[in-house]
Amino acid sequence: MAQPKNFGFSDEEQMVRDSARKFLKDHAGIETLRKLVARDHREAYESDVQPAPYDERVWQRIVDLGWPALAVPESAGGVGMKMIAVASLAEEIGRAALPSPLTATLIATTVLRAAAEHGSATSATWLGKIAAGEPATLGGTNADGSWDAGATDVRVTATADGARLTGTAHFVQDARKVRTLVVAAAGDAGVGLYALPIDAPGVSILPDRIVDLTRDQARVELRDVVVPADGIITPDGGTAAIAAALPAILTIVAADLTGAAEWQMQTTAEYARVRTQFDRPIGFFQAVKHPIVEMMIAVDRARSLTYAAACAIDTDPDDALRLARMAKAAGSDAAAFCSDRSVQLHGGIGFTWECDVHIYFKRQKHNEILYGDGPFQRARVAELLGE
Amino acid sequence: MAERTLTQEQTEFREYCRGWLAGHKPAAPSFRLPLSPIEVMTEEQRDYLCAWQKACYEAGLIGCDYPTAYGGGGHDGFQQIATAEMGRAGVPYMINVIGLNMAAPTILHHGTEEQKRTLLPPLLAADEIWCQGFSEPNAGSDLANAQAPAVRNGDHWVINGHKVWTSLAHFARWMIMLCRTSTEHKHQGLTYFIVPIADTEGVTVRPLIKMTGETGFNEVLFEDVSVPDTLRVDDVGKGWTVAMTTLTYERGAAEGAGSGGGVPLSDRIKALVSLARRMKRNGASAWDDAVVRDRVAGLAIRAEGLVQLNRRSRVEALADTPMRLPLQQKVLVSELLQDIARAATEIEGPYASLYLGDQRAPDGGQWPLAYMNSYGFTIAAGSNEIQRNILGERILGLAKSK
Repeated sequence: MAQPKNFGFSDEEQMVRDSARKFLKDHAGIETLRKLVARDHREAYESDVQPAPYDERVWQRIVDLGWPALAVPESAGGVGMKMIAVASLAEEIGRAALPSPLTATLIATTVLRAAAEHGSATSATWLGKIAAGEPATLGGTNADGSWDAGATDVRVTATADGARLTGTAHFVQDARKVRTLVVAAAGDAGVGLYALPIDAPGVSILPDRIVDLTRDQARVELRDVVVPADGIITPDGGTAAIAAALPAILTIVAADLTGAAEWQMQTTAEYARVRTQFDRPIGFFQAVKHPIVEMMIAVDRARSLTYAAACAIDTDPDDALRLARMAKAAGSDAAAFCSDRSVQLHGGIGFTWECDVHIYFKRQKHNEILYGDGPFQRARVAELLGE
Repeated sequence: MAERTLTQEQTEFREYCRGWLAGHKPAAPSFRLPLSPIEVMTEEQRDYLCAWQKACYEAGLIGCDYPTAYGGGGHDGFQQIATAEMGRAGVPYMINVIGLNMAAPTILHHGTEEQKRTLLPPLLAADEIWCQGFSEPNAGSDLANAQAPAVRNGDHWVINGHKVWTSLAHFARWMIMLCRTSTEHKHQGLTYFIVPIADTEGVTVRPLIKMTGETGFNEVLFEDVSVPDTLRVDDVGKGWTVAMTTLTYERGAAEGAGSGGGVPLSDRIKALVSLARRMKRNGASAWDDAVVRDRVAGLAIRAEGLVQLNRRSRVEALADTPMRLPLQQKVLVSELLQDIARAATEIEGPYASLYLGDQRAPDGGQWPLAYMNSYGFTIAAGSNEIQRNILGERILGLAKSK
């Protein structure tokens, strides 16, 4: 109930958003993106190992700008910005379809934060590494592809001075770009969370072949991986920590979706302004004009809900999950619709590799899936409505 | 609530509104009230609603931002607070909706001093009901094609013509009217008038029967109606510009559920869930059906999305171009209300066949009624097809459909 009318978006947050927008415009524009991820279709889809391209120099500058530290609490060496600032940043990342470990890192950060708030004494160290620029990712999904908190195929056994992990984490995002793995593992005490260097002995990254060109995904196999005591984030509070972080996770992905959907809408509108058929710009025709307006309506619904969810995380946590699920549902649906119309309304060229809309189409499909698509979220929203 | 944008004075006013509304919420009437003010049909409905608006006006909850010289409260930013509190309190809507949302702001912008002083106070108090005469049989979406002629005769004008879809005309004292004063130019040939229509020689108000079987709106025929030049609004030939002012307010205020009371969207969603719990489907509660749940959750998301979009439209840094969000209002509200009502009729199954007056009709038969009535909102005030043209052209710069 106690939400500020302006979503808590004041000068400081606006500065983050505007500087991110400018930086990405200057250093990660569409030309750069195309050269980076879509230079060659064979390379993208037919290499022995699918490439996981990203610009490490851009990443280094992002670290220098302090973006990975944004969501890290000040007590752990970060900036401790509000979720509305983090969501605004994620939206800009989505708009640029930036290949980087930032989104995965922000998600891992929210989980470590939630663990700290649930009493984990070890998570501060790992949050500090993130603030210092070491990217991280979350391994919290099993072979069934379940997004439920605590779902894992990794088993843990306690040792004298730590823990030993065995099993596979599935659908791990940007595993080849990160330094740290935060993984859920089930043992006698329940589901715990463990942090470890992703190149620790016994860890193998098995890249998936994926549709999306702007990130990588992998199964991460753990064979008798030894985790010392300082890597035990929580031995039994993993499900609770991930569940507590879920509103933030959903909001970050929803923000990415809406940023990318805005790009799809603007790019399609621009094409409809300049492409001429029957002696008129095709945007003249209502069969083209009205669907682009529908794209805008879908984007604005998703964006408004995303800001509301972020603001609820900051000021009204009891209502955060409901709004975050709504935001992710609306974001996923907006992404699906904008993807569909962006290709269709570009006509023949929109179906080709040379037209940029396919890059966003693929990223959006991936985003829709992450942490549950529209129908998935609506089923959960219905449960909340029925309470 | 951490509303940093409210001044001390505004915060006090909000508390005052809450207190007053808590103590003065009127008892529910013994008769059915329609879902919106533009469907008011009977005199008992009118009397009940006029008394309520007058009470709100006298308490300072209506007209609060209008200058005191014109019967207002002389405040700044108060109306939005009062309106929000009325919505929160779930009190009845304001009957003089066309007066408040369209005529009053237009007169304030374009009217003469005399018009403001004489017409605004009784408008705000609901002592005089207003209606709008823009549309004609051949000027609907193409509004600038309005033909009703006004011919100058000394210090008077003689008006003829045929206006349609005029809600509230059967109770109205005044009509804001778009007339043709020149046939040489389409847009610049229009002039805007305030026309007395109650007990006026040459004016005939005839009810139009809606598809629901109800009356509630009308056609109005003008035969050599004499109107003094003092009731002209702005210059001759400026009618289109003035009408655009009116429509801007109309579209902005098209919060069918939110403008001064009425049923909040969240309550309509709750009603839908409650209905689904009561109705049966495949031998169980309809609420147990995954498809029904998906539909209802989708509508709940759209309803919340609308609430948050309105919130966002007031935060400049998050709203992109200024008119992008407000111009979506009318499409969003009207289609959401339509889809909620449609979903309700689907949830009802065979019971959706039962209409007003049938004892077994769920919720008194209001859902099939609301569903049919919803087309009034998707068509009126610039059909949603026209709204999408406006959005595409003004916000996205797409080529004009003309």
